[in-house]
Amino acid sequence: MTEPQNPDQTAAPAGAARQTKAAGRSAALQAARPMIECRDVHKYYGDYHALRGIDLTIRAGEFFSLLGPSGCGKTTLLRVIAGFEDISSGVVLIDGKDMAHVPANKRPTNMVFQSYAIFPHLTVAQNVAFGLRRDPRKRAEKDEAVEEALAMVGLTGYGARAAHALSGGQRQRVALARALILKPEVLLLDEPLSALDRKMREQMQVELIKLQRQVGITFVLVTHDQEEALVMSDRIAVMFEGGIAQLDEPETLYARPKSRRVADFIGVMNFLSATIVEEQGETLRVDVEGLGEIDIPAAQIATKNETDSAPMIGFRPEAVNVFPEGQPQNAPRQSGGVIDEVVYYGDMTYYDVRLDEEDGTTSEPVRISMRNVFGRDIPDVGARVTVGWSPASMILFR
Amino acid sequence: MKGHGLRVYAIAYLLFLYAPILLLPLFAFNSGTIIAFPLKGFTTDWFSQMVADATLRRAFTNSMIIAVSSAVLATSLGIFAARASTRYNFPFKGGIMGLIMVPLVLPEIIVAMSLLVVLLAIGVELSIFTVILGHTLLCMPYAIAILSTAFNSLDQSLEEAAYDLGETKWSAFRLVILPLVMPGIISALLMSFTISLDEFIIAFFLAGNEPTLPTYIFSQLRFPKSVPVIMALGTVLVAVSILLLTCAEYFRRRGVARTGRTDSGGFV
Repeated sequence: MTEPQNPDQTAAPAGAARQTKAAGRSAALQAARPMIECRDVHKYYGDYHALRGIDLTIRAGEFFSLLGPSGCGKTTLLRVIAGFEDISSGVVLIDGKDMAHVPANKRPTNMVFQSYAIFPHLTVAQNVAFGLRRDPRKRAEKDEAVEEALAMVGLTGYGARAAHALSGGQRQRVALARALILKPEVLLLDEPLSALDRKMREQMQVELIKLQRQVGITFVLVTHDQEEALVMSDRIAVMFEGGIAQLDEPETLYARPKSRRVADFIGVMNFLSATIVEEQGETLRVDVEGLGEIDIPAAQIATKNETDSAPMIGFRPEAVNVFPEGQPQNAPRQSGGVIDEVVYYGDMTYYDVRLDEEDGTTSEPVRISMRNVFGRDIPDVGARVTVGWSPASMILFR
Repeated sequence: MKGHGLRVYAIAYLLFLYAPILLLPLFAFNSGTIIAFPLKGFTTDWFSQMVADATLRRAFTNSMIIAVSSAVLATSLGIFAARASTRYNFPFKGGIMGLIMVPLVLPEIIVAMSLLVVLLAIGVELSIFTVILGHTLLCMPYAIAILSTAFNSLDQSLEEAAYDLGETKWSAFRLVILPLVMPGIISALLMSFTISLDEFIIAFFLAGNEPTLPTYIFSQLRFPKSVPVIMALGTVLVAVSILLLTCAEYFRRRGVARTGRTDSGGFV
């Protein structure tokens, strides 16, 4: 059985999805009313402190992600919003109303479960119509609503099928239609794509974004996959150990992580040890192994882990360039180095480069990624190279 | 000839297991009063005698009432216990579940004797009601074992999903959980029914003057002339058992097919 939508058309690479974000969306969202508000929410399981004072506001129409490693409390927070878990202290407001005594079946939220929780003894249409049981509308109108919901997720004509005979991707769509047919204010998604294979996952990411723009309601997604969060979200809350470490738009989160832990969790970040030479007002001058002295403005300064003794300079693999030694390039700053390892990815190549130190030794290898250009040679292991970089792409963790 | 010995063993094993049962209908339709070869002629007299026997009819009615009641009781109580043990955590859960399962390994005669002593001590008159109580106790562990498997194989999100879609906790259970564990419930009912139907020791101790099928058969074995009637009764019981098992298996397979799970075992 083929998927109902043309996979060639929708299986766009992950990066392309961000382009569907309309200009001015972020400004419009900032002006939207708050949909979910958490105020100092704590949750204990016995002695275990699962949520440690969560404060956040999710705006109406926003695609919001809770991102973090397993056990960080992201799923607990989602279940608190859904009403499946009581909170130990704090306040949860949905659309301005206190949810303290509102059970899950009375909340304006619906959930797409990690396992999809499709009712296996019912047909696709019966699954989708399940939430309409208490709806006083006539039978014909309900059938129409089911057809509409199925069309929205690209499952037109699947209504009479047995739900247990569907593929993973189709179950996912049924779960979406079943939740959206009730027109909730908020759709909660608990790791909805984790059970799909890579290609299907990337396709569903794009479809979820389109669906969210189409229905215009608030989506709250829980995921441990940083790429998934970056692709789909308007804003992301990164959670560690029951608290929010950073809440920002994807671009900010990636380019300006506020702590070393967030930087480590999202994408790849190289670290080189640095010493602070002098403070010039807001700007810090640091001496970095392999790179020399750099002036770092306040906007590029983040906190490091308490366990690290020395300050660190961090940069992304794609923020610097690597060229064969002597080849001219127009980077503001250049450093010499030797290639330690080459990993070829087809469209990209990763180079692990040891940077020259002033005392003749070399640094720990740093990872640099370069888009492969047809006709350009890929330097070999052991080759001398020049690394071109700019102080603007460096982040100081102190 | 690799495996030849094993094949002989398997055939001998099956013969030992089923040949005696095949003899039941053979002698039930044999006109001779002595259970021995050679067979004499064909007759259905033993079946008419069986139907005409008032004590046997009474034993049959009693056994049916007892088996149906204890199957329904054990399964209903088993549903509560199985759901509690698979879905919730409570203090002393392990110990409580262990105690419920104990009759599975306790010698039945000990259970029967202790029940008799207690019932007599508190002054309850022996009747088929006391047998129902004893059989419920005996069938519970089997019912719970079957039902726990059924409840355990369910995704917990199913119930939450129904609740999230606006149903109450009770209607979520009724609309989603109950249909999905129904094959397990039917299995538990049939298993309990079968156990109760052929149970002898507890029925012998607790029935007072009321006969049940096993106690009636036991009492009649002393009289050689009623043995052919017992053969006829045995034939009917075997036929009914096969019919019940076939039904149970049919419903179980239909349940598996309907929910799209992979078939893992069953009766047949």
